[in-house]
Amino acid sequence: MNPSLIYFLLLSIAMVIAPHALHLPVWVSVLCGVVLLWRTLLTYFYKPLPSHKLLIVLTVASIGGITIEFQTVFGREVGVTLLVLLATLKLMEIRAARDVMALIFLACFIVITNFFYSQSMVTAVYMLATLFVVVTTWLHLETPNAQLKARFRLAGVLLLQAIPLTLILFVLFPRVQGPLWGLPQDAHASSGLGDTMSPGSLSKLSLSDAVAFRVNYESAVPRRNQMYWRGPVLWNFDGRTWTPGHNAFVMPPKFTELSQPMDYRVTLEPHNKSWLFALDVPYQLSIDATLTDDFQILSKAPVTSRLRYRARSHLVYHANVQELDTQLRRALALPAGFNPRTRELATTWRAQQKDDALLVNEALRYFNQQGFTYTLEPPPLGKHSVDDFLFNTKQGFCEYYASSFVFLMRAAHIPARVVTGYLGGEFNGVGKYYIVRQSDAHAWAEVWLSGRGWVRVDPTAAIAPGRIENNLAAAVQDNSAMSFMARNPPQWLRNLSLNWDAAANQWNQWVLGYDSERQFDFLTRLGMEVTWQKMVSWMGIGLALFIALFSAWMLRHLFHRTTDKIQDQWLTLCNRLAKVGLAREPSEAALAYAQRVAQLRPDLARPFLEITQGYNALRYGVAGQAEIKQQQWLVQAKQFARLINKTVSKLDS
Amino acid sequence: MLSHFKQKFRIWLFRPKIDQGTVTLTQRRIFILPTKQGLVLGGVLILMLLGDINYVLSLGYVLTFLLAMMAVMSMLHAFRNLAHLQIRAGRVDAVFCGEPAQFMLHFDNPSTLVRHQLWLRDLQGNKVSFDLPAQQVSQVAFSLPTHQRGWVQTGRLSLYTTFPLGLFHAWSYLHFDTQGLVYPKPLPFAPLPVSLAFNEAGKNHVAGEDEFAGLRAYTPGDALPRIAWKAFAREQGLQVKQFSTPVGAALLFDYLHTPERDVEAKLSHLTRWVLDAEAQGLRYGLRLLGSELPADHGVAHRDLCLQQLALFNPPSTMTQKAQP
Repeated sequence: MNPSLIYFLLLSIAMVIAPHALHLPVWVSVLCGVVLLWRTLLTYFYKPLPSHKLLIVLTVASIGGITIEFQTVFGREVGVTLLVLLATLKLMEIRAARDVMALIFLACFIVITNFFYSQSMVTAVYMLATLFVVVTTWLHLETPNAQLKARFRLAGVLLLQAIPLTLILFVLFPRVQGPLWGLPQDAHASSGLGDTMSPGSLSKLSLSDAVAFRVNYESAVPRRNQMYWRGPVLWNFDGRTWTPGHNAFVMPPKFTELSQPMDYRVTLEPHNKSWLFALDVPYQLSIDATLTDDFQILSKAPVTSRLRYRARSHLVYHANVQELDTQLRRALALPAGFNPRTRELATTWRAQQKDDALLVNEALRYFNQQGFTYTLEPPPLGKHSVDDFLFNTKQGFCEYYASSFVFLMRAAHIPARVVTGYLGGEFNGVGKYYIVRQSDAHAWAEVWLSGRGWVRVDPTAAIAPGRIENNLAAAVQDNSAMSFMARNPPQWLRNLSLNWDAAANQWNQWVLGYDSERQFDFLTRLGMEVTWQKMVSWMGIGLALFIALFSAWMLRHLFHRTTDKIQDQWLTLCNRLAKVGLAREPSEAALAYAQRVAQLRPDLARPFLEITQGYNALRYGVAGQAEIKQQQWLVQAKQFARLINKTVSKLDS
Repeated sequence: MLSHFKQKFRIWLFRPKIDQGTVTLTQRRIFILPTKQGLVLGGVLILMLLGDINYVLSLGYVLTFLLAMMAVMSMLHAFRNLAHLQIRAGRVDAVFCGEPAQFMLHFDNPSTLVRHQLWLRDLQGNKVSFDLPAQQVSQVAFSLPTHQRGWVQTGRLSLYTTFPLGLFHAWSYLHFDTQGLVYPKPLPFAPLPVSLAFNEAGKNHVAGEDEFAGLRAYTPGDALPRIAWKAFAREQGLQVKQFSTPVGAALLFDYLHTPERDVEAKLSHLTRWVLDAEAQGLRYGLRLLGSELPADHGVAHRDLCLQQLALFNPPSTMTQKAQP
């Protein structure tokens, strides 16, 4: 095997498995690296490949290792790991062109598995680079004698020709709403808001710059302190952790006195959970989903791919003014034996204040005036977490405030619950939309007041109004623990980041989010009737058109005429003479030919001999030393051609 | 019935006939079908597409389509690799049986494209690969092993390529009627028939052993005992001792005077004699059953003799007589 082919195969496989290196088990990554290096050295020093036995032992051992590592041989992670390992080990036994071909197909397959983990613009560019190297490797098989440069050129041409055709296919290939079969449990990684809340669960999220979703407002943009994106609602408290709990009796929510409608579009990043986010309170949704009795939106299945929907919310509302007793009872339940001091405080307030609304204000005033601070790194709390927080540490993040506020309310016999979600968002001026990041995760409280229904109360606003009005950075003084983007970086970096996000958003919308729905929208907007027959026929027409164009461009080389005018004219003359039965033999030199013609046709002898001598001088003589000028000769030759034509017509008549 | 139509279709499609003069590979003469690897890639692409649909991998679609479209374009590249070549059959040098016959073919590539990795293959599976530089006439030797004396032909050759990705097999048929002559394989060694030597006066004479006349370069077929081993030891290469014979002396090699019983062995024996006699500068004649070449010498005469031997067709009655 050609060493250049081996090096390129090594490079291809290295490029193909590199993006996987980080999420593979460490020993697999290391093993692959070692095998690649080993193979490189063997090729470099012209050493023979290791024996079959050793390879079999290595393969069996690593497959065993994978089985032990994953405790299974099924699933995506295991599949990818196996593919990567087999491709690497296959490098050790390349004996024929068939092995190379198998490796190349395997490499293409591994490239596609990388899209499970990332489909960003960077990944796309990397894929193109990888494909270029893989195709160059591939070309080695059919161009064993060519220069590397020629192979690069050819690989480039093949890729560049394929790109417009791919574009046509991408736009017009009828999309089917997947999945075709059940996705394995681990098909998509999960990130983002969970459905439980304990001290520290949200502050962990606040370190992440990852995008949760993006919002385009179609109507007016709400004020920042009204951008409460409603997520999981938590009812049950066990002294430390809040959970959604279980509702035995479901009643559809009832909203009254709605006003201030907001229309917007949300592009939700996949989070592998079924809840969707909407502004408080959601009223309408463009996709099929359920609105629960506590005003959460749940989709039918976990969101495993980027999801787009339109929604309408009302910022002013009365929600469930009539509430079921079972629900109110749930909203008052407290775990026994926890936080005695807090209960005591609530009881004192209750004794002084009969009105629920005023008591809520009392509590908020307490948070505001008792020296509470807003921090991402609060000290740990003991068993009586709420007591600890309210009376000792007095430092915490939003989940601490929401949790202790709801506890206080329930202790004071006001129905209350915790609502988690996101607050605010960052405006992207480039793309005119809002980015809501994981660092915007927030928790607040809802209390039920008779006559008004469920009312949102955000205790964090009482301590750090900046968090509500601006963003996290405005609320937290010591920001070393915050994520970089949330820490107010310099303006230029911010602009750069916004531009990048705008591009990423376009990419997500148009490339990654190009599903059957978007395809329908787009093609309709182009004025096409969207049926699959139409799509397929347009696809055929588009492809045929481009392929015809490429053919014309590619085949032009075949009809390339010599650029030498003298040679052209000479060949024309020879053809003319051939027509009168004086064809030149392939072996005949110009002068010998002329002499033969002269013998056969004395009438043509003089001019043709002269022309032939001129031809020899111009074409084979020392440049610039011919007695005859090129122009002169051409004129002569043309005259002679006419002369032959005359003799032809004479013969004809 | 079906096979009849199939046959007709093949004839219509491939137009089997002998090619004359220069063949230009026009569109009509080039055929393309996917290779086995091409079909495998097709399967892999379908699997990928199912995965893309199932897992909603937009970039997966992109990669799948890119690969598919590259495969489609590679078909055009394969076609272009053959298109508009001009092919002419060249000479075929006569060889001794057992040596490969070299059929020369002249490939004119007038375009500005280098043609990569073309293959010529005959029906027996003999093949040769070559590249054709741009704007040049290249000579390609298609070598065919020989097993039998007489005329040898390549039959229909297929000129094919799987450039650039090995996914498509583009081919064209070339059927030139050029033929090469295969001489009988000379016996490794056979002393010249001393007793048969005669001169024009009728007086017996020891042929060609008289005077040492010098050395000349070894050519295949020379007798081993005539090799000048001393010269070889002096590192002067393989040389053959030459002897002169008195002018006028001539040998007549007669088919019936060869000791073997088998026709082919007899011819091998005669071939050896002809080669040795020519190498020694002797005059010699050849008498086969029903034909006779008068004594002469020189390369042309030798070739004539060899041709007679190559094409010798024993009358059936004679062969019967030869087998008692």
